[in-house]
Amino acid sequence: MAKKELLKVEGLKQYFPIKGGFLGRTTNYVKAVDDISFSIFEGETVSIVGESGCGKSTTGRAILRLEEPTEGKVEFRGVDLAGLSKRNMRKYRKDLQIIFQDPYASINPRQTVASVLTEAMEIQKVLPTNKRRARAEELLETVGLLPYQADRFPHEFSGGQRQRIGIARALSVNPQLIICDEAVSALDVSIQAQVLNLLEELQEEFQLTYLFISHDLGVVRHISDRIIVMYLGKIVEIADKYSLFENPKHPYTKALLSAIPIPDPDKKKERIVLKGDVPSPIDPPSGCRFHTRCPYATAKCKVEVPELRTASSMKPGHEAACHYIEEIESGEKQPNY
Amino acid sequence: MSIPVNQEIILEVKNLQTIFKTDTGDVRAVDGVSFKLPKGKTIGIVGESGSGKSITSLSIMRLLASNGKITNGEVLYKGEDLLKLSESQMRKLRGNEISMIFQEPMTSLNPVYTVGQQISEALMLHQNMSKKDAFIRSVELLKLVGIPSPDKRVKNYPFELSGGMRQRVMIAMSLACDPEILIADEPTTALDVTIQAQILELIKELQDRLGMSVIFITHDLGVVAETCDYVAVMYAGQVVEYADIRTLFHEPKLPYTIGLLKSLPRHDIEQDKLQPINGNVPSPHEMPVSCRFSPRCPAATDLCRANMPQLETDENGNQVRCWIYTDEWTGEAEVDIYGEKRIAKSRGAKTILPD
Repeated sequence: MAKKELLKVEGLKQYFPIKGGFLGRTTNYVKAVDDISFSIFEGETVSIVGESGCGKSTTGRAILRLEEPTEGKVEFRGVDLAGLSKRNMRKYRKDLQIIFQDPYASINPRQTVASVLTEAMEIQKVLPTNKRRARAEELLETVGLLPYQADRFPHEFSGGQRQRIGIARALSVNPQLIICDEAVSALDVSIQAQVLNLLEELQEEFQLTYLFISHDLGVVRHISDRIIVMYLGKIVEIADKYSLFENPKHPYTKALLSAIPIPDPDKKKERIVLKGDVPSPIDPPSGCRFHTRCPYATAKCKVEVPELRTASSMKPGHEAACHYIEEIESGEKQPNY
Repeated sequence: MSIPVNQEIILEVKNLQTIFKTDTGDVRAVDGVSFKLPKGKTIGIVGESGSGKSITSLSIMRLLASNGKITNGEVLYKGEDLLKLSESQMRKLRGNEISMIFQEPMTSLNPVYTVGQQISEALMLHQNMSKKDAFIRSVELLKLVGIPSPDKRVKNYPFELSGGMRQRVMIAMSLACDPEILIADEPTTALDVTIQAQILELIKELQDRLGMSVIFITHDLGVVAETCDYVAVMYAGQVVEYADIRTLFHEPKLPYTIGLLKSLPRHDIEQDKLQPINGNVPSPHEMPVSCRFSPRCPAATDLCRANMPQLETDENGNQVRCWIYTDEWTGEAEVDIYGEKRIAKSRGAKTILPD
């Protein structure tokens, strides 16, 4: 089944200058996202996972041009968003929406829910003025709130309800792609499950495409079709959900998966405990960025940057950036802890 | 598998009650918390936000904010009620026999002192060490918690260390005086999983080596499954279920616990659809006088909506606060809770599970 490409990211780089020294010159850069490429197809959910500082949120923000990307292309239905003028970009903001982590911080506390929702419609001119209020109430019902709550203020809602308002706001302009940046991370599990189920129902109802940014691999496994693993601004592995969890190839992905505690006391598994911390993105390690913590690293890893590739044991579409996929698999290379 | 009879209990909390005075009236943040901590073991206190798990630990340490007050209950440490001690007696105990680590190491470390100075402080205060000895011991402690080149790091300020390193420093500090009990309040919540794995491993290793008893407060059921021997589940200020780790994960009794486990997205197995718990946690100002979970519970009857159940102990020594498992239950004999069947006690059967 050939699916239509909705978003194509090519060679995306996002560097943040560090000012300092004499006359506040730029002395260096934080290489938050360093040359990544991937595609998202219509109707699917792609997740980006990784630890703090890996560049997953920066990627989401760069796609929406909430930060201007340093380099690279972000094609939405064939149009390069990164090359658009600000005015032209605004038209596309209707199609690409974002839901943030903190529902407390991302909704104006002095606006009623109705005005939060109608404001979004007004800016994007979605509906004639007299129909917006009715649409706002309808949206509240869609996300599981009640229409009479439209005149309440955000502080009158719980965290889970507020996240529903954030979702309603994103939906108010009929988007095609919604970027969920840690959208359920701040919620308790019982509420998180409610919101995850809602997102799935909405996807079906409105044929939405999601880019899901999260550090929680349980959530990611539940919601995604495909998963991108990032480490220090680079993609280390891309795969469909099943391959990633059952057949991970990159040593970092394996370590990450093995590090998550399993909520079952009888399931004890071998844990790969990585040494040390994530290095600084200001001066990332040469070659493979994971080599400073990788138990398989060799001299080659220190100099040569591994490209994403599909080894013979991997399904089409599954790619990992490691020089030694085959050797690790055959047992020829043993980990050195 | 309950706590063996001959097992020494180092800490026992009995019917603890803590209230906070606020402008809109008293809030009962902790209202009926009881559990036992066997020596050398780890007990997990789990619950969602607002369940009172952190306030429980602060009450044990008597570190409540000025508007908080413990109004009832006992905290028996080696048989002695900590709530009856004077403030100066309590100060001798804190950091010495019972110590605590917190979620956010950056805010619990003092930014203007070096790591070494902060560890030394406890040693000089509680162990009457000289400044020089305390410094040497600080380096040893940093080494113990796995900080590379401890002799250099001891002179660092907290901002010079990464999140994982800071948490190691906190642990080193809390271990400085060889405590009997370590209270860890969400110690890995702010950390990335690969760092969390390091810290959990470290706590477990140190516990084995030093024979500490640990109270582990967390919202993460995965962390609980991995680290704890016994678990107390809290909901809306109360302990609602207490069990050994296997029973809690494989045969939970309380509808809330079952719901919690069902709503958890897992990374290790495929799940079709998550089973959320409907509704929200009740506001502390409008706490139901009946079972506090009854407004959200799929099995609640009129009995549950009118009366508060007690924490009842079963034949295995595990405890549950639920009407289903009492003689008063009048509902179905087989209760369906989020797709799982539980047998009600009053209907003749023991509280066993089908298969």
